[in-house]
Amino acid sequence: MSNFVRSLRLWFAPERIREEGDTPDYRFSLANERTFLAWLRTALALIGGGFAVDQFLPDLRWGWRIGLALALLAAGVLSSLRAVSHWVRCERAMRRGEDLPAGRFPALLGLVVALVALAMVVVVLFGWEG
Amino acid sequence: MTAAEPARDPGLQPERTRLAWRRTTLSCTVAAVLAARAVLNRGPSPTGVLACALCLLLWLGFLAVAHRRMVALTAARPRRLTGRGAWAAALCTLALALCAAALVV
Repeated sequence: MSNFVRSLRLWFAPERIREEGDTPDYRFSLANERTFLAWLRTALALIGGGFAVDQFLPDLRWGWRIGLALALLAAGVLSSLRAVSHWVRCERAMRRGEDLPAGRFPALLGLVVALVALAMVVVVLFGWEG
Repeated sequence: MTAAEPARDPGLQPERTRLAWRRTTLSCTVAAVLAARAVLNRGPSPTGVLACALCLLLWLGFLAVAHRRMVALTAARPRRLTGRGAWAAALCTLALALCAAALVV
């Protein structure tokens, strides 16, 4: 529990990271920053996908359209949160010389995107009636 | 001649990171354009216009954060990204998603 609280505090004051361990090579920090940005781009792409479902499938039934758009937008929100959390945890692991954190989020996100795509295929093939 | 200046990284890491920021601002621009398009599609309504204005503000905020970081990355040995910068960029994205949800529903 205290571990959880500590990592939550790191989320909101990542400057604390500087207090522990050794400063890693600046190039590793930059690589971590690029990973962070790649996650942000993923989030932005999902948000764009949410807009696209809403705008480019206007003949879809209301429930399906809103559901698919909101699923993509929620995935975007989660991805942007995960971008920061992963960045903080990687930075800390590099300072302590630990292994980089691994998680289930990428697999889950892949699953959600696959499900949305599948639903989209089904809906476009069979569900055009408004 | 540049003994005092630190050597440039042969792997061009600062430049690559700068370009990553640029790609990300481009993605943000696409999302903001889609937000504006959503409002134009539906005709002006008070919530729509408000959400769209917020989206454009968030886009400007993201541009400002990215610009600051890209200027910092022109150094040969840039400092690491601050937590505040990371949070600002992520919160702009998150708020954009919330505005999008308000626009879509």
